[in-house]
Amino acid sequence: MKKRAVSILLITAMTVSLAAGCGKSSGSGGKVINIYSWNNEFRERVEAVYPEVKETSKDGTVTTLNDGTEIHWIINPNQDGVYQQKLDEALMKQADAAADDKVDIFLSETDYVNKYTDKDADAAMPLKDLGIDPDKDLSDQYDFTKVTASDTDGVQRGSTWQCCPGLLVYRRDIAKEVFGTDDPEEIGQKVKDWDTIEQTAGELKDKGYFTFSSYADTFRLYGNSIDDSWVAPGETVIKVDQKIMDWVDDSKRWLDAGYLDKNVKGQWNDDWNKAMGSASKVFAFLFPAWGIDFTLSKNWDGENGVWGVTNPPQEYNWGGSYVHACTGTDNAELVKDIILAVTVDKDNLLKISKDYSDFTNTVSGMQEAAQDDSYTSEFLGGQNAFTYFAPVAENIEIAPLSAYDQGCVELIQNSFSDYLQGKVDYEKAKTNFETAIIERYPDITEIQWPE
Amino acid sequence: MKQKNKKIDYSKWGYYFILPFFISFFIFSFIPLVDTIRYSFFEYYRSGIKEVGPNFVGMANYVSLLGSDMLKYAANTMILWIIGFIPQIVIALVLAEWFVDARLKIHGTQFFKVVIYLPNLIMASAFAMLFFTMFSTNGPVNGILMSIGLISKPIDFLGSVIGTRSLVGFMNFLMWFGNSTIMLMAAIMGISPDIFEASDLDGCNSFQRFFYITLPQIRPILAYTLITAIIGGLQMFDVPQILTNGQGSPDRTSMTLIMFLNSHLKSKNYGMAGALSVYLFIVSGILCFFVYRMTNNDDPDGSKAAAKKAKKLAKKQGRG
Amino acid sequence: MKSKQPSHLRSIVAHVVLIILSFMCLFFFYILIVNATRSHADLQKGFSALPGSYLFKNLSNVANDGTFPMIRGILNSLIVSGCSAAICTYFSALTAYGLYAYDFKLKKVAFTFIMAILVMPTQVTAMGFLRLITNMGMYDSLLPLIIPSIASPSVFYFMYSYLQSSLPLSLVEASRIDGCGEFRTFNRIVLPIMKPAIAVQAIFSFVGSWNNYFVPALVIQSKDKMTVPILIATLRGADYMNFDMGKIYTMILVAIVPIIIVYLCLSKFIIAGVTLGGVKE
Repeated sequence: MKKRAVSILLITAMTVSLAAGCGKSSGSGGKVINIYSWNNEFRERVEAVYPEVKETSKDGTVTTLNDGTEIHWIINPNQDGVYQQKLDEALMKQADAAADDKVDIFLSETDYVNKYTDKDADAAMPLKDLGIDPDKDLSDQYDFTKVTASDTDGVQRGSTWQCCPGLLVYRRDIAKEVFGTDDPEEIGQKVKDWDTIEQTAGELKDKGYFTFSSYADTFRLYGNSIDDSWVAPGETVIKVDQKIMDWVDDSKRWLDAGYLDKNVKGQWNDDWNKAMGSASKVFAFLFPAWGIDFTLSKNWDGENGVWGVTNPPQEYNWGGSYVHACTGTDNAELVKDIILAVTVDKDNLLKISKDYSDFTNTVSGMQEAAQDDSYTSEFLGGQNAFTYFAPVAENIEIAPLSAYDQGCVELIQNSFSDYLQGKVDYEKAKTNFETAIIERYPDITEIQWPE
Repeated sequence: MKQKNKKIDYSKWGYYFILPFFISFFIFSFIPLVDTIRYSFFEYYRSGIKEVGPNFVGMANYVSLLGSDMLKYAANTMILWIIGFIPQIVIALVLAEWFVDARLKIHGTQFFKVVIYLPNLIMASAFAMLFFTMFSTNGPVNGILMSIGLISKPIDFLGSVIGTRSLVGFMNFLMWFGNSTIMLMAAIMGISPDIFEASDLDGCNSFQRFFYITLPQIRPILAYTLITAIIGGLQMFDVPQILTNGQGSPDRTSMTLIMFLNSHLKSKNYGMAGALSVYLFIVSGILCFFVYRMTNNDDPDGSKAAAKKAKKLAKKQGRG
Repeated sequence: MKSKQPSHLRSIVAHVVLIILSFMCLFFFYILIVNATRSHADLQKGFSALPGSYLFKNLSNVANDGTFPMIRGILNSLIVSGCSAAICTYFSALTAYGLYAYDFKLKKVAFTFIMAILVMPTQVTAMGFLRLITNMGMYDSLLPLIIPSIASPSVFYFMYSYLQSSLPLSLVEASRIDGCGEFRTFNRIVLPIMKPAIAVQAIFSFVGSWNNYFVPALVIQSKDKMTVPILIATLRGADYMNFDMGKIYTMILVAIVPIIIVYLCLSKFIIAGVTLGGVKE
């Protein structure tokens, strides 16, 4: 009996795998463009705005263009760093790969964009070499996105369709109760900088409300405004910026004062999600466009129009995917075409804003959107969030980046999280960060803390 | 009996039978393993996407590991393992004995056998997600405990050392006790019913039966369970990794050795990871050697086992 | 026999303990099912003990997503897990038998060697393994997920322990006298005796490779070869617009069904092990 069961299993297996072998289409006549990404976001936007797209296969792995060129989408999950690992392997083999196997375009996120735009790594091609002049062709893009995608010499090596300026989103009902008004301008005045918002936090506390849910919510604002990069170009010393230590001290003070909810530890967990519900005592969150549309609105269980947006205490950016032409691509013309169509063309970008609620990378376009009533949000009770996004985006001064950012940002929050929750003392948190960072980046030789 | 074998030389069959195993092992494990050991003597990692090394550094990786918190993580691993393993093996032994004991007349054994193995079917990562939800500060477990008045304010399970460690242990227990039970059950079923019959006739009670017959009889499988559990414990990774987001929080008290290894692999630090692997290899080798000796020491040359087999055979031939 | 009283008491204790344990096991399962029946928006709001009405919606979301080859993924997982379980148990039994029943010069060495490699963590050799199979041209194929399971030291050790306690060598002798070849003896006489052990290890290795994410994620690239855990990871990595916890839980639930079926099928053999009693009488 068992043997029969096993043999049936084996036979089924064989047949299936044989069938699978047959089903695979073999070499196409035209050119092949390989695009590495971690989800379907970029594909959907290319399909939406790139005029040459003819069709995409049902499983989403191959998009055919009008001239017969095939775009092969190579999607790997971000979980456990699989995406970067596979991309890195492919990049290392790039020089020897056959023409149809070469990576042509790949995507990166703000957290690790510098790993690929690094001058010495030379993984992402300078846009100039592709025939795009950043100063001329990308003049309508937001400055900070151009800085983010540039190497230390200021050579731009990537472009994005999306930029993610963040706002302060607040509960109008709480505002009315505590301040007697829910007007975005007046609330904006009450949260205009860190000193003012701390006083406001006191008022909220007296009525039993928390200003933000957790210390993790404010980290990005501090982290985005550091003066020097975590690691200076060519060095192996981590310099922890004073702004980061300010975040630790301020968070501790806020926590002790009861301005933050002690029970919410970090983001993307149940407690955090619940803090966005109607039963929560949290007054405000700090979110970019996608956060309002897809995180906050999904967690909100009340009516539309209760949330409003206003300026944050400090300009910041949260998220964004960069598109890079890969060094060694054999389809430079098409790659250039795609990058221009998806990240530069103003009409296309406005279409993306409409269809996908992205805040897109066109200064003039976004200024128009800010005046355009068709961009108002039902969730925000008819408020046009673009009015607030646009000035923030124009004023973001992105912190100098380094290839070590992803690890530094992640690990410093983790290490000091223990301190903020009172599990370890200040010095221990520092040591824990040092241990963790050297594990992650073995070439780091020293960690310097601000005085 | 063994003398008879000598007439025809069957020994070549022994080689044939073990050949596939060794070929497959050689290709898929040995070559990578040699790679691993070789790199443990090199400085070899990636910074961004630039490769550094390999530069030969001798024992430097080993020395620097000794200077790190490796021993602390070893202790963590051991604590986490013990919290989960003790209940796991005790419950598994008891359950296995109950399941095969016809006198207990357990209703729905089939149902129970299926149910206790269910947690093992859920992917560890999915299981950890569920645990996260259940034990979050505002989660249902706190809710239940508060509503029945056991606690007055929510317990911060994942924020405390004891809480996190117990949860990791509890999850490991829940995921693996069914597995051990099934294994031990198979072992107990391998014992000749004659022995149990004989013991019944001799008036053994359940405890005597368990300690004097079942336990000694399943010694090899018990040793197997112990050894695999030790190895599983040393390799404990996914549960604490996911439950603590890879941080071993709070204060790295739930950081296990393999999580430590993983953080080196994440930075593609092949040299350091290789050296750590060699340490792991040595430690688990020593542990397993002891367990193996301990559980097999009263029958060093296999003569007892041979005698038992002869008895069984005699019975069999009698029947046939 | 003992008096009825203690046995009765023991029986009650046994039932109570079993019910508590089952409750704990089923509880998490129940939560999983509940979560699979709720929409993403509901899930975000936190825990609920009552199932929602979203199961079929979630299911059709998962099944009809053209970019998400659910059926294909389950099929791939079935192939990999089925083949691994089959060859892993068969070859381990073969190896165990080879070392148990025959005397040869390298026997001790071979045994010690296997025991030594038993302790090797898989993570350790993963990178070397990846390099190796890339050089062998097996990158992005299901084979490297299956073939290496021929050498499973721990399964071998289990089989060996089982043979020690259940296979009298005289039986082999008897079959030789009957004129059976060595290989035939193994297949006809030894394998049936090992049924319970094989069933047990088949379940474990099936489940093990069904839930394995680490190695397949390194090896598999193309969408039509992805196994279930990679697909679930892909769902989790979906962009913020398509991120849907309901889909994830549903997929996890769907992924469990095949292993439960396999488990129910194979557990019969474990039970059968007692009643068959071919050797044991």
